[in-house]
Amino acid sequence: MAEKKLRQIAIYGKGGIGKSTTTQNTVAGLASIGKKILIIGCDPKADSTRLILHAKAQDTVMDKVRELGTVEDLELEDVMRTGYREIKCVESGGPEPGVGCAGRGVITAINFLEEEGAYTPDLDFVFYDVLGDVVCGGFAMPIRENKAQEIYIVVSGEMMAMYAANNIAKGILKYAATGSVRLAGLICNSRNTDCEAELIEALAKRLGTQMIHFVPRDNQVQRAELRRMTVIEYSPEHKQAEEYRQLAKKIFENKKFVIPTPLEMEDLEDLLMEFGIMEAEDESIVGVAESA
Amino acid sequence: MSEVKNPLEGISKEATAKLIEETLELYPEKAKQKRAPHMSENDPDDSGCAIRSNKKTVPGVMSARGCAYAGAKGVVWGPIRDMVHVSHGPVGCGYYSWGTRRNLTSGTVGVDNFSGMMFTSDFQERDIVYGGDKKLEKLLTEAHELFPLAKGMSVLSECPVGLIGDDINATAKKMSGELDLPVVPCNCEGFRGVSQSLGHHISNDTIRDHIIGTREYQEEPGPYDIALIGDYNIGGDIWSAVKVLEAIGLNVKAQWTGDGQIEHIAATHQVKLNLIHCYRSMNYMCKVMEEKYGIPWLEFNFFGPTKIEESLRTIGNFFDDKIRANVEQVIAEQKAKMQAIIDEYRPRLAGKTVIVFVGGLRPRHTIGAYEDLGMKIIASGYEFAHSDDYDRTYPELDKGTLVFDDASEIELEKWVEHFKPDLVASGIKEKYVFQKAGVPFRQMHSWDYSGPYHGYDGFEIFARDIDMAVNSPTWGLVKSPF
Repeated sequence: MAEKKLRQIAIYGKGGIGKSTTTQNTVAGLASIGKKILIIGCDPKADSTRLILHAKAQDTVMDKVRELGTVEDLELEDVMRTGYREIKCVESGGPEPGVGCAGRGVITAINFLEEEGAYTPDLDFVFYDVLGDVVCGGFAMPIRENKAQEIYIVVSGEMMAMYAANNIAKGILKYAATGSVRLAGLICNSRNTDCEAELIEALAKRLGTQMIHFVPRDNQVQRAELRRMTVIEYSPEHKQAEEYRQLAKKIFENKKFVIPTPLEMEDLEDLLMEFGIMEAEDESIVGVAESA
Repeated sequence: MSEVKNPLEGISKEATAKLIEETLELYPEKAKQKRAPHMSENDPDDSGCAIRSNKKTVPGVMSARGCAYAGAKGVVWGPIRDMVHVSHGPVGCGYYSWGTRRNLTSGTVGVDNFSGMMFTSDFQERDIVYGGDKKLEKLLTEAHELFPLAKGMSVLSECPVGLIGDDINATAKKMSGELDLPVVPCNCEGFRGVSQSLGHHISNDTIRDHIIGTREYQEEPGPYDIALIGDYNIGGDIWSAVKVLEAIGLNVKAQWTGDGQIEHIAATHQVKLNLIHCYRSMNYMCKVMEEKYGIPWLEFNFFGPTKIEESLRTIGNFFDDKIRANVEQVIAEQKAKMQAIIDEYRPRLAGKTVIVFVGGLRPRHTIGAYEDLGMKIIASGYEFAHSDDYDRTYPELDKGTLVFDDASEIELEKWVEHFKPDLVASGIKEKYVFQKAGVPFRQMHSWDYSGPYHGYDGFEIFARDIDMAVNSPTWGLVKSPF
């Protein structure tokens, strides 16, 4: 039997876009076709695994480190939980906003998982669910050398979500030059904006990648979340569950890994104007107050 | 003793300019351009010889400089003996600098002296990730429980504290209230600035913001109350200086900060005059006290009898006939003893040459002491000076003497090879390079584990040590294997 190759995948995107929900539902989809997966939440909020574990929040690596004193005293079983269909879950954790260094928490946690052998040979996938903005080196940890090689960006037809996607592509470009990290696609998590699918298709094309799937908006996702479950587990027959299974299948079969070609700010704005998201610039109104 | 300064044979503006040119040839083009403005042939008549200083060290060269934390912990705050000084951050910065500066202290360790101890918050991963403020609170509380007689605490930030943005100011304020004790936050992260010099400035600012004016002396203020500023008691220097000042009738109310006591420092706004020894590290507070409390300040130099006499007369003239008379009496009393020292050592040292490369004030202040022994300074430089230090240095040196800033190892080697000096007076990083080359050397940051060199008492020891270094038969036995 040929040795399985572990695929490491990182999910990025603007804060609040639905990364954690999309990740967990996709992972559940992959698990439902028998794949072995580890999810690593890389966000101090630690909400990347609750739908898999049916838990409010699991003990995070950094919480245990704080409790025990040093990272050396920590054991893998203290922080790794197993949920729906044997999906393994770890949260890096970190400080409350405004103190300490959350980025260092991600680095500490990932180093710990590597040293403790969390990346076991039976795994097919590792998913990193990363905080929205890559504000410092710590949050780029998952895309450094020998970590995630495929990046999916969750995006919607809203202007700021696309700005963020373009910025993330710039970050990938920087690391792609020296390593093997590649952009694998945009996942459109629909907000029901106008011409959303076409717009994201166009953006993907400009970035040199693909819109791997268009996930329609459906309240079934919220109904499942209230029960701390993925749609796939809560209502496997629902059409939204099928959407996530399709996304999972596409990711499983995906071979299109590219070095992205991020847009200049002007080009991005032109694209938004083309789709009517942004109005043509009128220099005469810049900086003029309403009452003036 | 005052004689006309004749340039040494072979030293002229032209010769030094040529040497500088040859020195710069050792560098690649970019480094050459960067280093060129940092060295010059001295010309006291021409302000155009101004040396570029207080700039970032050229990457890749071996520098003798320290960091802002070193300036705060090692220089300004560390010597205050009745406070607990916390090296806030990972253990190394505090531990590996522990006890290296030889700022001597009096008192009883653990009772009214904590200067020789090393306190650190010993940051771990969790302190970086979650912030070190909670640990700092605990540390300050425990230190206060262990040493209830400590009169205050300083919190000296190491690099990571600044990187993660910990608010030590808020913690210090809170703990100061809880412990009813001055807790001084000092944001002296090592990455700030180009050398230890910024650490001095930051520390001065914290004294201004948290300490000065918060206490008063128990005794009524007197007309001869002074503070001694910028003497860190290396090898006992401040004790020897205070002895001279008391002999001329002055009351030294506060020592900044060698063997210092925080409550004396806090009441310095009551003195009549600030006498400043190390201008570089404490001119800031002298200027603050001048502006805020109208306290004048005077620079003085107690290295070697010529400069001591000059300084004493300047100080005397600031006060009145009584002090002036005391000054003359002290000078007269010491005259014979000083002459005896000169008579003993000068015959063995006259005409010997010295290259000086140290910090603070020594590249200019020690010149007189060497000259009293008949020696000549052929090159002098500072590690971390600013232009006002160089302005004070040019008049002290012969025309044509090499003056330099933040020298690298390769430059020093070149100059030692060129001048073949009889003594190199520099720091620990230079010591063994030149001793192995058979060149007499004194480690002049810590007085080479000797001292004091300051004041009348210090000159005798200085003369003895310099003679021992220069005329030791050891150097004749060193044979180069090359």
